[in-house]
Amino acid sequence: MLKDLVTPENANVFVGKLGDILEKAIDKPLGYAINWGRIWSLWPVHIETACCSVEFGAASSPRYDVERFGIIEAFGSLRQCDLVVVQGTITRKMAPRLRLVYDQMPEPKYVIAMGACAITGGLYFDSYNVLPGIDGVIPVDVYVPGCPPRPETLIQGCMLLQEKIKRMKARKFV
Amino acid sequence: MSTETENPPTDAKPEVKTPPPKPAPKKPEAAPVEMPAFEKSISDKIVEKFGDKIEVGFVKEDRVRINVGRENVHEVAEFIRDGLNYDHVESVSGVDYPQDNEIEVVYHIGSYTESSLARQVLVLATRAQRETNPIPGNDATKLPTLRDVFYSVEFHEREVFEMFGVFFEGHPDNRRLLLPEDWADLPPLRKDFAIKGR
Amino acid sequence: MTFTLPPGLALQKVDERIMTLNVGPQHPGSGHMRIIVQIDGDYIVACDPDPGYVHRGEEKMAEYRNYITNIPHLERPVIHDSCNVLYPYVLGAEELLGIEVPERAKYVRVIASELNRCIYIMYWLAIYGIFLGHSTMFMWPAGDRELLIDLMEKMTGARVTHAHFVPGGVRNDLPPNFEDVCLRQVNYFEKRIKEYAAVFYDNPILISRTQDTGVLSREDAIRYGTTGSVLRASGVDYDLRVKEPYDVYDELDVHTNVMKEGDSYARSRIPWLDMIESCNIIRQALQKMPKSGSVRVKLKPNPKTKGLESVYKRVESGRGSLGCYIVSDAKTEPYRVKLSVPSFRNLIALPNLLRGEKLGNMPSVYWSLNYWPVEADR
Repeated sequence: MLKDLVTPENANVFVGKLGDILEKAIDKPLGYAINWGRIWSLWPVHIETACCSVEFGAASSPRYDVERFGIIEAFGSLRQCDLVVVQGTITRKMAPRLRLVYDQMPEPKYVIAMGACAITGGLYFDSYNVLPGIDGVIPVDVYVPGCPPRPETLIQGCMLLQEKIKRMKARKFV
Repeated sequence: MSTETENPPTDAKPEVKTPPPKPAPKKPEAAPVEMPAFEKSISDKIVEKFGDKIEVGFVKEDRVRINVGRENVHEVAEFIRDGLNYDHVESVSGVDYPQDNEIEVVYHIGSYTESSLARQVLVLATRAQRETNPIPGNDATKLPTLRDVFYSVEFHEREVFEMFGVFFEGHPDNRRLLLPEDWADLPPLRKDFAIKGR
Repeated sequence: MTFTLPPGLALQKVDERIMTLNVGPQHPGSGHMRIIVQIDGDYIVACDPDPGYVHRGEEKMAEYRNYITNIPHLERPVIHDSCNVLYPYVLGAEELLGIEVPERAKYVRVIASELNRCIYIMYWLAIYGIFLGHSTMFMWPAGDRELLIDLMEKMTGARVTHAHFVPGGVRNDLPPNFEDVCLRQVNYFEKRIKEYAAVFYDNPILISRTQDTGVLSREDAIRYGTTGSVLRASGVDYDLRVKEPYDVYDELDVHTNVMKEGDSYARSRIPWLDMIESCNIIRQALQKMPKSGSVRVKLKPNPKTKGLESVYKRVESGRGSLGCYIVSDAKTEPYRVKLSVPSFRNLIALPNLLRGEKLGNMPSVYWSLNYWPVEADR
């Protein structure tokens, strides 16, 4: 490991670039540890937007039990949650409130778009009150298709989100 | 207005007014099926009290339809509540007829207290003037409210107001219920409001 | 005024004490709608419900699709009770198109309707548990309803949003050996929900939270036009399966459960009694069903109604009496479809019941009105 550290670029590393060594030695395992903590405790905001909320509720039921992945629903305040699962159709009345909810959550935060209506408007694409997908309102990380998606599909979507978080940079500020 | 016309939508289409080969269970003289007796007694009571201010739309099994003008609808509703013992309204719907230049508002009235009326639903229909460029609340599309007769119409009439633009005079709270607060377009359930792409 | 206040007290105007709160769309106790409450300390002075967050324009969309393609989107107001939401529409379309449904199809429809009623009521109980903070009341019903969802999946292929009812009957026949499996599951389910009495309905905490809150008197229940379990918990004996039987309910023995108190406890108990009644109905229907026969009258691809008529049909769903008013003008698309949903009809009781209640009682009164917000907005 010492050989990798002493490269021609940072040959004067022991004098001035101690921070670089620390970063190379500690950042990767520390980032891995932080991401590990984030993956196994994704707390979703208690917001139900439309009919897919029934399958989200069924995913928390004893048979499919998404709680074993750390996704515990029904928290009082959204200031301590880090996942928004947009369940179903977003109407024009609901869109500003969804944006407010997203803005109030602290970083880091992730979004899962659940159901065909949240992805592109789904079955209601031509209705007068429905947004064609939520991409224009909040940035989405994972899309889970289905109408409504089975609870197993939702769990697979959560695992995809876990894979994505593992690859993300853990800390934004040094 | 005779008491033996068919449903009001046929008034505007003269070609289907009274076609001879069409089976017409409402006309007693040529009827293979005659009007059910209990429902006929209900419509007879109303006709007897109001004469030609109302028109009987149809008398079917468990459903009696009465068409009224907007001047008399409040009176007729009071008689339905006090004289016939109907006690609540199940739904209020609007139907837009641009070719007649009218919007029809249909009340479905039922009864919980009177056991002989448990199956019956009385259909009360009135018409309001329609305007091509509506300003909901400030144009001629107005109807008297039935909220003081049947309290259960409160939220239903609010919905008809926002969906069709029919203002109910006397309703204490003609506000938006289901549409977004910043809706500035035509009332959506009118026929000239086309949804996108169609 | 010639009195002096005791030390520590001050006179305050009422207007300055009233605070307006949004129990908003993002709230663990509000569902998919907003309730604006004005409170004076701990007591609710006024309440203004604000539905419409899931208003998707079902009725407008129904005018652009024909009678058969209307089925997928008209069933989505209540996706787990979808058979009952479609039922009046299908009955109305059959009358307009002039179709007579075979006998076996009627029995299959009754069985599907009763299973859906139980599935809906179990989810409603589960969410009631979340609102009251009783996690067992969420886990037990949510887990036990999976037994019935399995049955619906065998019958129709989908867990929810079955789209099984079509004008003309049902889409497919029952799979082979369905009757035995269904009977076994329903018997086990009935034994299981009878255990709920000990854990939930005789639980002193639930009783103290829901008894004598939100009392709806009999006259008020009739005057507001409420329906379903809310009406029967206030002492009015009205169930459409008995008063205006449709399909084969006139050949089955249905008993109506009525309670007199009209408080939240009665409104939470009546659906549980209804579920036990549904199990009896399913058993009777399985016994009386004709053993073979067709279940569907196949229509031409774009069925057209014959005349200019209107029809109003109603059905007893998990929440109350659902009506569908269809106006047709002799085309392939209906001219107007209006769904008169029980949740919207029960909403008028909410501002009247919450006046004078404590703020902490709001979730238990609000959800006990058997209110499903997605359906009320259509």
